[in-house]
Amino acid sequence: MQIARETLLRSYRAMRTIRDFEERLHVEFATGEIPGFVHLYCGEEASGVGVCANLTDQDTIASTHRGHGHCIAKGVEVAGMMAEIYGRRTGVCQGKGGSMHIADLSRGMLGANGIVGGGPPLICGAALSHKTLKDGAVAVAFYGDGASNEGTTLESLNLASVWRLPAVFVLEDNGYGEATGASYACAGSQKARAGGFGMPYLECDGTDFFAVHQAAGEAIAHARAGNGPVMLHVHLARWYGHFEGDAMTYRAAGEVAAARADHDCLTIFRTRVTQAGLLDGTELDDIDSAVRDEIESAVIAAKQAPLPEAADLLADVYVRY
Amino acid sequence: MSKKSFRQAINEALRQEMRRDPRVIVMGEDVAGGHGGTSGTVDAWGGVLGVTKGLLTEFGEDRVLDTPITEASYIGAAAGAAATGLRPVAELMFVDFVGCCLDQIMNQAAKFRYMFGGKARTPLVIRAMFGAGFNAAAQHSQALYPLFTHIPGLKVVVPSSPYEAKGLLIEAIRDDDPVIFLEHKVMYDDEEEVPDEAYTIPFGEANLTREGDDLTIVAFGRMVKLANEAADRLERQGISCTVIDPRTTSPLDTDTILDCVADTGRLVIVDESSPRCNMAADISALVAEYAFDALKGPIRRVMPPHTPVPFASVLENLYLPSVEKIEAAVKAAMGHRVPEIA
Ligand SMILES: Cc1ncc(C[n+]2csc(CCOP(=O)(O)OP(=O)(O)O)c2C)c(N)n1
Ligand SMILES: [Mg+2]
Repeated sequence: MQIARETLLRSYRAMRTIRDFEERLHVEFATGEIPGFVHLYCGEEASGVGVCANLTDQDTIASTHRGHGHCIAKGVEVAGMMAEIYGRRTGVCQGKGGSMHIADLSRGMLGANGIVGGGPPLICGAALSHKTLKDGAVAVAFYGDGASNEGTTLESLNLASVWRLPAVFVLEDNGYGEATGASYACAGSQKARAGGFGMPYLECDGTDFFAVHQAAGEAIAHARAGNGPVMLHVHLARWYGHFEGDAMTYRAAGEVAAARADHDCLTIFRTRVTQAGLLDGTELDDIDSAVRDEIESAVIAAKQAPLPEAADLLADVYVRY
Repeated sequence: MSKKSFRQAINEALRQEMRRDPRVIVMGEDVAGGHGGTSGTVDAWGGVLGVTKGLLTEFGEDRVLDTPITEASYIGAAAGAAATGLRPVAELMFVDFVGCCLDQIMNQAAKFRYMFGGKARTPLVIRAMFGAGFNAAAQHSQALYPLFTHIPGLKVVVPSSPYEAKGLLIEAIRDDDPVIFLEHKVMYDDEEEVPDEAYTIPFGEANLTREGDDLTIVAFGRMVKLANEAADRLERQGISCTVIDPRTTSPLDTDTILDCVADTGRLVIVDESSPRCNMAADISALVAEYAFDALKGPIRRVMPPHTPVPFASVLENLYLPSVEKIEAAVKAAMGHRVPEIA
């Protein structure tokens, strides 16, 4: 499938933005200035971006605790995200949610989620809305290998099939749930799980944007056409600890270094598009420097932004009370 | 006797009970950690905050079980195992995750004994961390002890210090009913003298951390420390307070609370949980019904507003009870005119 130049440029920019956003957070977190828990998506960029390149603002996604990448891929504004992570009033959630709860419903982004397995049921509901309202949109749940074992996830696979929902379940398998390997925690095979619930199963290399884009395109087209849900199993590696501060003693020495050296989605993308003559190296360099500036100013703005005000504490518990 | 942290005190309680009774087992997500990892390191975490570190090495895979991320099934499995001969201590990590497994606690474990006509014993302990102060936001900061207290059949423990934690956890493990044991996440590094040997602290017996004449403060968990700090300040201003740590919200030592209110005539309750139907409401009703005549003025409650826990520090600090807010509430209860603190 031919991917439009526009889409390639936009996707590269999104992947680079996620990378720089996360690498910068890694540095800033170490200074102690960022409150709360932060889970980085570095290394996994091509998954969120490859999937979301097939979506519009009308389509809905639900994310996880590792949500920054999904937010950026779905078009949530970077400065607002950074401000949120710093707990500022200008943040996308006014400083009330933080890293684990970034959401922007105007972009079809139903939220990062602090509860593992929280997203898949919500996505059944979003898909039900799309189906009932006949708006032609689809709903996509991102969930991890760890989350694949939650009852909520397994029940949602069944429900989506029973209701023949326009839903796609994107299993982001980075091999670990916290400090426990998927080989220990996940019985059977994910393919068999999809089959058991009567839905098609696709899998792809999550560090290759083109592979993800292709597979997600098929899955999303299937769901959009009214043929019911699909499971897309994306194979990934996470480059940092489960959360910032995790020493990763459970991973072999060199595991992360190898992923960085041989499976960097940005390098793979660049090589591919320049060798095929799809994009020019200088175009990519320009994006790199534009993104560097964007992240720099987002951090500066976030640090200077006003804090929430006392009255905010009581606001927005209800629409009306 | 030596100085131990809250974390060490809990670890030691688990270790000593596992040595004493081979039926005691520990399970939860990453209570060891490292299974299926590529380095071959076992006990890689020992719990997300290192509380169960070292148990796997001493007691082995049969007694320290890492679970998949699947709360409904492992909490339920712990309940089932408890009813059939084991004495499981299941770790729920953050108490907020009870949303994923409440049925197994509320409709299963809590009900067995009564529903089965007194035939079942369910010696289950569920440990979880709770509370705000970590910028962990709305889904990782709740103080849900009233939720469990509401359910007949459960016992609920909210330890206020390392010494208390060790004695109460050993009591919980030896108890034949399901016990919810809630550890405030801000307290894990708090230290104090804790005996090296095993000891128990009985449930339903409040601890008076100080005694005074003017007013009674009842506080739970981490709030006990704040209440004592406030009482120190107030002492210097000529107001002498009794501070009660009930230790367990179920059973609740109502006698001690009523006796102290009868002595002092004034009551302030410090409760970190959401204000509707919480422990402050429960104790207020108790005192209004049974000690009304002793009261010299209205009961004051120091507690968060009826909102989820916010992320940003400025808001989280406003949300939480503080030494200043307790001090102001005590003065208000004494009839002083004080400016209101948000
Ligand atoms: C219901 C629930 N249980 C446990 C946790 C603690 N927790 C947060 S992330 C995580 C691991 C999730 O693993 P996975 O789904 O593979 O996602 P990854 O972190 O690898 O992106 C766990 C256990 C939680 N937040 N919610
Ligand atoms: Mg994972």
